[in-house]
Amino acid sequence: MKKLAYALAGLASIVFATNAMAMETLGQVKDRGHVQCGVSQGLPGFSNADDSGNWTGLDVDLCRAVAAAVFGDSEKVEFSPLSAKQRFTALSSGEIDILSRNTTWTMTRDTQLGLNFAGVNYYDGQGMMVPKSLGATSGLELDGANICTNTGTTTELNITDYFRANNMSFNLVAFEKADEVVSAYDAGRCDVYTTDRSGLAAQRGKLTNPDDHVVLPEVISKEPLGPVVRQGDDNWFNIVRWSLNATINAEELGVDSGNVDQMRNDDNPSLKRLLGTEGNFGEEIGISNDWAYNIIKQVGNYGESYEKHVGENTPLKLARGVNKLWKDGGILYAAPIR
Amino acid sequence: MASEKSIFLSVLNDTRSRSLIIQFLLLAGIVLGFSWIVENTITNLAAQNKSVGFGFLSQTAGFNIQTTLGTWMFDYEVGRSTYLDVYYIGIVNTFVVAFFGVLAATVIGFAFGIMRLSHNFVIRSFATVYVEVLRNIPLLLQMFFWYFAVLSALPDKRGKIEIIPDIIGINITGLYIPSAHPQDGFMATVIALIVAAVLTFFINRWARLRQQATGQIFPAFWVGAGLLVGLPLIVFLVTGRPLTWVIPEFLETGPILRRGYQDGGILVIPEMMAIWLALSLYTAAFIAEIVRAGIQAVNKGQTEASSALGLRRGPILRLVIIPQAMRIIIPPLTSQYLNLTKNSSLAVAIAYPELVSIFAGTALNQVGKEIEMIFMMMSVYLTFSIATAMFMNWFNARAKLVER
Repeated sequence: MKKLAYALAGLASIVFATNAMAMETLGQVKDRGHVQCGVSQGLPGFSNADDSGNWTGLDVDLCRAVAAAVFGDSEKVEFSPLSAKQRFTALSSGEIDILSRNTTWTMTRDTQLGLNFAGVNYYDGQGMMVPKSLGATSGLELDGANICTNTGTTTELNITDYFRANNMSFNLVAFEKADEVVSAYDAGRCDVYTTDRSGLAAQRGKLTNPDDHVVLPEVISKEPLGPVVRQGDDNWFNIVRWSLNATINAEELGVDSGNVDQMRNDDNPSLKRLLGTEGNFGEEIGISNDWAYNIIKQVGNYGESYEKHVGENTPLKLARGVNKLWKDGGILYAAPIR
Repeated sequence: MASEKSIFLSVLNDTRSRSLIIQFLLLAGIVLGFSWIVENTITNLAAQNKSVGFGFLSQTAGFNIQTTLGTWMFDYEVGRSTYLDVYYIGIVNTFVVAFFGVLAATVIGFAFGIMRLSHNFVIRSFATVYVEVLRNIPLLLQMFFWYFAVLSALPDKRGKIEIIPDIIGINITGLYIPSAHPQDGFMATVIALIVAAVLTFFINRWARLRQQATGQIFPAFWVGAGLLVGLPLIVFLVTGRPLTWVIPEFLETGPILRRGYQDGGILVIPEMMAIWLALSLYTAAFIAEIVRAGIQAVNKGQTEASSALGLRRGPILRLVIIPQAMRIIIPPLTSQYLNLTKNSSLAVAIAYPELVSIFAGTALNQVGKEIEMIFMMMSVYLTFSIATAMFMNWFNARAKLVER
């Protein structure tokens, strides 16, 4: 009944809430004293809570960046773990200020669900994991498979498209939470576990014998994952978008949490604008001018977050790949601060 | 001045006009509150650039749904079936689980309720432990327990346990049962069954009237059972068995993913078994307590009087105690049936494609019409609940004490 209650609460807040709710998120956040951020219920590397309840991950860092921009303190953020199914209702009802939960940017979501995507913090694609004992080397050999995944995600649609396009039959077993998907796949209910490839890398560690499973080479979809806000509050949208842009620009300009104090004295005009020693960029969106300095000092630039949470030296071992900066051969490209 | 005040006071002190005023104020309050809700909803939706309407129901749904009774009944096909079909499939799947859950919970609940009153220490303690354990563990945990218990007990997709060799088998993908396909001429058997049912009804009535008049007992139950089974069976054999069975085929060889049970026959998925087990066993614990309370509420003098008349324990329970206990049992039993139906929405946690899962879950996430879809979902549960309540009220009216 909890899920139902959640949906109903969301419905009720759309129905009952006063009009002010949809407006002026920044003012509300400041009054409340913290940013309320919607994250996953536990996806290592992206948003995951440790034993003492501290949240870490790439998506979590985005929330911390926004908190650092608004309050100058990256700790002024609280997290709401949400299932894939609950996330949009939680956002549109005002329970959370940002949704940073490995959420794919699609046209339907952008145009019909009353949401705005503030950018992309991880370029992903959907993949498939199978037990090695199956002997499959390609997704095209999976005709007749049982496939486990989550409800309320784009993965259900992508996998259906992929099998239809290749004229193969399959049976979809869709669970509400990722933990049950992993358990059911582990128990042998399904031949295939499909989700974003980053998710496969993260969840694989939860299997009884991670080495008995292999991720197939096919990438069957484009999954640009990024933070989401409600439509109708452009200022808040700007704050979230530019918090993300700041971390990417910082990496491009070679600023990280270690050298940011020293770089602040640099004469490079791009750096001066980024770190708030020149111009009025922060005040124009209702926050302080050293907003980006606070982000970089307290959270770090994009590359730092990446290496810390999902990079080669983490259990996920995800290569930067397309998530490299544009000048290093990737597609990560943030609009300039000027 | 004084008279004006006294008129006002006299109107206020008059019971009839006062009740009118209160009713009017209440009505005005409801209307105002309701229009405020509607107004607010429209403004908030507009602020988020959302439209309202049921047009999405005719869009095609782009996701696969597990094979269940619902997908079979509505011939679900990705890219052709619409969100309306998804809605219907959700309703059917919810109904199936609720229906079989109510049946099983009633049988198990009555059994344990009577066992709780047994004179045998072992039986009584067993029933007590059952009730206390099951009703005190959250239902969601029980669902996970049964689901993963079912999954780990079963062989994998390429293995099988044969319950009846070559006919009924089970593995981790589900329970495979042959399906019956009526051929031309099967109608005669159906008609025979209806005739037998009508005959049984009249024989029962005649036997009851005769027993009341003369005291002679006619074995109406056995005659009825014989009729119901025998007559259709004879017709079925005479018309040349117009029924074919499709038995699920099991492949041992071929591509590894194609091995195992093939389509055909009836498939009961493990998610369905788990949710059915969990709902039935959980609700049965509550029903057992209701039954025990109902039986204990019947005055002990009734039992003693029946014994004095020379009745044995069985007939005392069946003819004297249970009919009186039913009056007390039925109203709370109705609540349990309603609870079971609504609790079936927890099935989303273990991938059973019922209404909340596929319609208010997957489909809602894709079309984002919260208000319309939650409304549609709520009306289904409301309809189920009202239908159950109506049936139980009718049953209650029949079972309640008729004063003579």
